[in-house]
Order: sequence, then C-alpha cells, then structure tokens
Amino acid sequence: MTAIAPPVAGVHHVGARADRRRQGWVRRAPLLPALVFTIIITQLPFLVTLYYSLLSWSLVRPGSRHFVGFGNYVDVFEDSQFRTTALNTVIMTVGTVLIAMVIGVLLALVLDQKFLGRGVVRTLLITPFLVMPVAAALLWKTMMLDPTFGIVDFVLRPFGIGHFDWLSSFPLGSVMIEMIWQWTPFMMLLVLAGLQSQPKDILEAARCDGAKPFAIFRELTLPHLRRYIELGVVLGAIYVINEFDAVYMMTQGGPGISSANLPFYIYQRAFLGFQVGQAAAMGVVVVVATIIIATFALRLIFTSFSGTEQAA
Amino acid sequence: MSADSMTAQAGPVTPAPEYTGARKKRRHNSLTLGIVGWVVGILFFFPVLWMVITSFKTEAQAYTNTPRVIFSPTLSEYKTVFSSGLWPYVANSAFATIVSTILVLVLAAPCAFALSLRPVKKTRDVLFFFISTKMLPVVAAIIPIYIAARDLHLLDNIFTLVILYTAMNLPIAVWMMRSFFLEVPGELLEAAEMDGAPLRRTVVEVILPVVAPGVAATALICCIFSWNEFFFAVNLTATRAATVPVFLVGFISSEGLYFAQLAAAATVATLPVILIGWVAQRQLVRGLSFGAIK
Repeated sequence: MTAIAPPVAGVHHVGARADRRRQGWVRRAPLLPALVFTIIITQLPFLVTLYYSLLSWSLVRPGSRHFVGFGNYVDVFEDSQFRTTALNTVIMTVGTVLIAMVIGVLLALVLDQKFLGRGVVRTLLITPFLVMPVAAALLWKTMMLDPTFGIVDFVLRPFGIGHFDWLSSFPLGSVMIEMIWQWTPFMMLLVLAGLQSQPKDILEAARCDGAKPFAIFRELTLPHLRRYIELGVVLGAIYVINEFDAVYMMTQGGPGISSANLPFYIYQRAFLGFQVGQAAAMGVVVVVATIIIATFALRLIFTSFSGTEQAA
Repeated sequence: MSADSMTAQAGPVTPAPEYTGARKKRRHNSLTLGIVGWVVGILFFFPVLWMVITSFKTEAQAYTNTPRVIFSPTLSEYKTVFSSGLWPYVANSAFATIVSTILVLVLAAPCAFALSLRPVKKTRDVLFFFISTKMLPVVAAIIPIYIAARDLHLLDNIFTLVILYTAMNLPIAVWMMRSFFLEVPGELLEAAEMDGAPLRRTVVEVILPVVAPGVAATALICCIFSWNEFFFAVNLTATRAATVPVFLVGFISSEGLYFAQLAAAATVATLPVILIGWVAQRQLVRGLSFGAIK
C-alpha cells in the first residue's frame, strides 16, 4: 500500500491543502459508485432487519406490528428448533467442507501427475461444480437416490441394501452427499493450483536425496499447501453455511426439521409462518455468529496471500 | 498431456543403466495413477452423464428397476419441455444474467482501478468491506428486501433480480479485477505518464489491452453465479419474472416426478454453464478464490 507521509505542520499553505484534498477526491471518485451501491443494497437491509427484530409483526395480520424490544431474541434462544437447526448447520458445514477437502486433496495429488488424458479427467472432475445447484439437488433426489429407480439403489442392491429410502432415513446425510459432490471439485481446483505453484527443483532435490514420497508429501508439500487448504475451507464454508437450494429441493428440511439448516428454517419462519420479527431476530443472530467466525479467518488468509503477491 | 510425456521419453539424453529401473517403476506408477484418475473422474461425472442419458429416454424407459443403458433415444421429452413454456424463463434468466454482469463490470472496473493502480488511502479496509458483504447470510436480508420490493411494487419484476445479482457479484468482481490490474507492468504506466498521456488514453491504450482477458474471466464468473441463482428468484418472483431455476422447482410441486422430462429440463438449464465452465477452466480458479490464486 502507498505510504502516506505525515503532514509537516506549518509548511503547507491553504491552497496546497485544498489542492491535495481535491486530488484525494479524484482518486476516490472511481471507487464511489460501487461502494455506495454495495452499501445501499447489502448493508441497508441488515439495518432494517435489526429494526424488524425488535418488532412483533405477522405479515398476514395487518396492524399486528408493534414494538417488543428483545422479546424475539429471548424466543430465539429458547426455541429448541432453532438450536437443532443451528446444530444441523454446523454438522452440514463442517462435514461437507472437511470431506470435500480431503477428497479434493487426494484428487489434486492424482491430477498433479502426468497421465494419459489428464486434461479430460480434470474437465470431468470439475463438472459437478458447474451444475446448477437446483438441478443437482433434483438429480440426486430422483435419478440417484430414489429408493426404487435410483442408480445408488441399483448399485447397492447386490449388497443387500435394496429399496433403501435415503432421503427419509438419512436426510441430513443425503443432502450432504449432494453438497460434497458439488464442492469437491472446488477444493480440488484450489489445491491443484497450490500443487502446481510448488517449486519443482526442491522436490527433485529431495527425491535425489532419497526421501520417501510420503515424507516429501508431509514435510514439503503439505506445509506449502496449507494456505491453499485454509483458503478453500474458508471460502467453501462461506458458501455452504448459506446453502439453501439443496435443502429446499431435496428434503424441504424434513422429515420434521431433521435436515433443516438455519437459512431454510429462517426462510420457513418468514415466508411460510409470516413471522417477520422472529425471523429477523434469527437472522441477526446468524449474522453476528458468521461475522465473528469469518472475519478473523478471512483477514488471516488473504493477508497471507497478498503477502506473497508482493514478494513474488 | 500425452505429447508432454512423449517428448519426455524421446528426450535426447539416453538414460544411464542404473536409472532405467527407476524410470520403468515410474512409468508403472503413472499407469496406475492414470487408471485411478480416470475411474474417479468418471465416477464424479457419472450423475451428469446419467442425467443426459435419461433425458433421451421415454418415461417408461426411465422408470426401470434395472437401469437401461441400451434404448432408442428420443427427443420427445425435450419437445415437451420446450412446449411447456420454458422460453420465457430462459429469456428472464438471460436478461438478468447479461444486464447484471454488464452493470457489475461498469461498477467494478473503476473501483478496482482505484484499489490497485492509483490506490486510495484505505485500500485494505475497502477491500475487506467488499468481501465481508459476501459472508453475510442472504437469508437475513431477504425479509426487508421482500417487504421493500412489495411496497415499491417491484415483486415479480426482473429488474429487482438484476439489482440483487449485481450486488451479489460486485465484491467478487472487484477483488478479481484488482488482481488483474495489479499485473499491469508499472513501467508501462510510468512511460505513458512521462509522455504526458491523459488518463483516459492511458486506460484505453495501456491498461485495457493487458486486463482484457481478466475482464472476460470476471464476466464469465458473474454469468455463472447469476444464471444459477435460486434463493432471490424463488422468493421475489412469481410468474412474469421467474428464472430457469424456478422453472425446475415446478417439477417437484406440480408435475409430480417424471424422471425423463425432469432430466431434459435440467440438462437444458445446466448445459450453458457447463460449457462456459469447461472453456474457462483456468479463469475459474482465479474467480472462485477472489483473485487470490493465479
């Protein structure tokens, strides 16, 4: 970043200062449209949500709107369904991101080697990520996991697990399988970029010194990959924590609320239960939790990346 | 890929005898790796492949206990999908995608410029503000957005989606384009400045040619995200402004589950993005990592 020289007192006269201020605005001007637009569209609604969370307001009963203070927040923390869906969100996010990352690292290690048709395999592997999430969820709900006509049922039938209803027996797991399928390519791409940025001469030197492949991986490759893995985990978590499409399309959060996550539960409260105040309070709680977790992680990771950018 | 390995083998240096064993072993390893790679690749691709195969079946052929691989393909389900009013949804999706992407580029390019080549004082803070908006759960913003749209009579209006998609993609575009702007060689800029070229000419003649591929990559990423977006579309549109993902939802609610027809509709909805993604594989990594990875 540009270093800003501390102003030397008494040297500059008024004209120069005004000129400098004008220069500052010339620099800032290109930035402002995007900044103002983003603030209005993304920040304003959150302030309004904050205000709504202090109201008792049912959308279907006009005139029901009145101020209740922190009552909604008390309700949120006493709501056992909120706690269940919060736990589901954690399981879903952590499970999906970690499993997708482990598979992604393994796949990236394979794709980092030369073999016949590597480019084609890479193309095949990234495809799940490109499938429209709504279509992917439908695809898994029907053609893959259907208890009678699904492919998974057909494959598992010889093993005695025929006609198994995945979506009602393992609702959360089924949704996670679909999400892992979609997110593994993302992790693989990031880790592959990390592997390919690894200096080859060091690896060659280690190999010539007779280091075992696994030792090379643990001592050299894994430390190098750490930043890339962290980046993948954080970015993946940002998206997965907000996952709505898969839950909505595959299980509608059910049976009961066994596969509902927070975005889906809040959506239900607001658009099916019409409880604006309560849904807003839940939203605020989620936002606060997300900010606490993500801010530190993001700063940490992007600082480490922009650091090397300057060094390179 | 195969060309690489061939040149490696046909290299001019004949290997010393003690290395041939190691090389044979490595070639053996590469064969195993190749097989593993192909098996996993096909495994991951299979659901998509199966979707496409099913879309060419009749419903009767799709509903079999033992999946049928040999059948006479038919386009009848595609005809059904297109005659059941898919086109207005495609038009809405295309409009929202294209217009929001243009808006994103128009807003993000000068912003990225002010955060890279002629940086403002609080560059870091502005950058983190942009990325932090991506972390805030949209579900917490949907209620005021819905109520505001209702009161302004903007529900079921495609421009509501355009505005929201622009806001959704803007942070990614700013980060991504900034990383491309930073690659503009400093000497080029200095030279242009020494020549006394006005800023507009510097931008058009020096900066634009260097960042053009980056702008294209940014546009692709924004298109993918807008085309696939579902949450805003399903909550804020009904009949007039509904997009392709909303069309797919219709299959679980009204039509009942017809595999073949569903597969045909899902294939049509998904294909544009898959093709774009295949072509733009390299840029994908950069876009998805907000420009952090080159």
